[in-house]
Amino acid sequence: MEKNIKKYFPVFLLPTLLSFVTVFLIPFLMGIYLSFTKFTTVENAEWTGIDNYIKAFTQDENFINALWFTVKFTVVSVITVNFFAFCLALLLTKAIKGRAFFRTVFFMPNLIGGIVLGYIWNLLINAFLGILGLDITYSADYGFWGLVFLMNWQLIGYMMVIYIAGIQNIPEELNEAARIDGASSLSVLKNITIPMVMPSVTICLFLTLTNSFKLFDQNLALTGGAPGRETAMLALDIFNTFYGRAGWQGVGQAKAVVFFLIVAAIAFTQLKITARKEVEA
Amino acid sequence: MKNKTSGVKNAFWFSLLLLLSFIFLFPIYLVVMNSFKSKFNIVGTPFRFPDSETFVGLENYINGIKSAGIFEAFLRTLVITVGSVAAIVIFTSMAAWYIVRVKSRFNKAVYYLFLFSMIVPFQMVMFTMTAVCIKLGLNSVLGIIPVYLGFGAGLSVFMFSGFIKSMPREIEEAAMIDGCGPVKAFFAVVFPILKPTAITVAILNAMWIWNDFLLPYLLLGTTDKTLSVAIQITMQGAYGSIDWGGFMAMLVLAIIPIIIFYLICQKYIIKGVIDGAVKG
Repeated sequence: MEKNIKKYFPVFLLPTLLSFVTVFLIPFLMGIYLSFTKFTTVENAEWTGIDNYIKAFTQDENFINALWFTVKFTVVSVITVNFFAFCLALLLTKAIKGRAFFRTVFFMPNLIGGIVLGYIWNLLINAFLGILGLDITYSADYGFWGLVFLMNWQLIGYMMVIYIAGIQNIPEELNEAARIDGASSLSVLKNITIPMVMPSVTICLFLTLTNSFKLFDQNLALTGGAPGRETAMLALDIFNTFYGRAGWQGVGQAKAVVFFLIVAAIAFTQLKITARKEVEA
Repeated sequence: MKNKTSGVKNAFWFSLLLLLSFIFLFPIYLVVMNSFKSKFNIVGTPFRFPDSETFVGLENYINGIKSAGIFEAFLRTLVITVGSVAAIVIFTSMAAWYIVRVKSRFNKAVYYLFLFSMIVPFQMVMFTMTAVCIKLGLNSVLGIIPVYLGFGAGLSVFMFSGFIKSMPREIEEAAMIDGCGPVKAFFAVVFPILKPTAITVAILNAMWIWNDFLLPYLLLGTTDKTLSVAIQITMQGAYGSIDWGGFMAMLVLAIIPIIIFYLICQKYIIKGVIDGAVKG
């Protein structure tokens, strides 16, 4: 049977594989090679060793600034999004009127695209700052908190849905037994709910982590990096280096490789943690 | 007694949630409300409700559609999304079935490459991918469909193969013994069983492709602009001269189909999010 199917490789696997190799695998390998060269198009590359990497870290304060800004933003977003999402999930698994309506409303912003989201918040934040005669490009702090608010608005509903699924998976007997033993609701939360939803917590932490770290569209639309390049995150800084700075394409590619290595390290950590949890369970 | 206190408590939580809902809906309300005001009365007085002086009816929508080519952008985005999602659902389910059913070292390597692609940020390949695709002539509305197939392969193959691994072989084997070729057996027997996963895969990819900005911006540029690209380039480099009314209308037009889609398929979207998160 297997041999019979195997003959059909060109029909079943080839279309997907061919697209994948063309648009991902070959460009990925070319990207690694080009990060060690000086080039303006993919055809005129000259080998320069690790020059681009050195340049990225020593001759370009934008990159270090973007790295630092991205890390700060990611830490604040991960904490706030998960805290609010978890609280909402706790509330919305209780017997409260209009639960379905609230869930619908909180989840909705998640479906709106990053560019549109960025401009909606640009309008909103400038409307408030306009009262003081300012706008979002006035200070990098405004841009930072604007991005944090936007990220919360977009991701809270998404994470809430995952937390709700986690909470609903807790067997009712556990809560019942605790209540019969006279446990307070705070101790139920601490000793039953939180330990039982740990798998959801791991998932949500890493989803918010990678989503915040890789943010591009929202950043471009909300601040565009202004003032100056102060609020440009890593992805936007790489884009600016590639397309805004003649002769710096190699440095842009080197930055992209560094960016990839950081994201891969985050993903690898998640895999290890998840694998360990599964062994314990 | 206990009921009474919990009733008061619930009323408190209910009011809090209601307040939060207003805060959540306020940004959308602000955009919709301003889209009915004349373009000179938006930036200075964004919170003012339209009155007899500032209300312009559908004028912004008509101007927005005419000047920015929003209608064409809308159709283009629709064609790209529907075409790419169809290609992804059909081809990646076939690929996943082949990888799971034919055990070989090559297939295993391909599977892990697909998984690997999920963690690579787009910026890593954007410059080289653009060069390759332009060389191959994939920089057109239909040409971008195989590009989306390549980038969507990771998550989609992963989700399909997860489901296929738990599927018994007997039914498809019986079909093939009865004289069906593998292609017919796949579409007549396997694919109908995959339907729940296919819906999840379709929704996750549709949400991504409909909203995507950078890939269509790099490949289709400003000539064949999609909705996200049209919105971005309207704002970019339009210092001072921007038609705020038309812009508000564009934002509303970009949001409406998503909200309708959400209200119709809410059940599947929520399920897709949970499945995608747990497996991704």
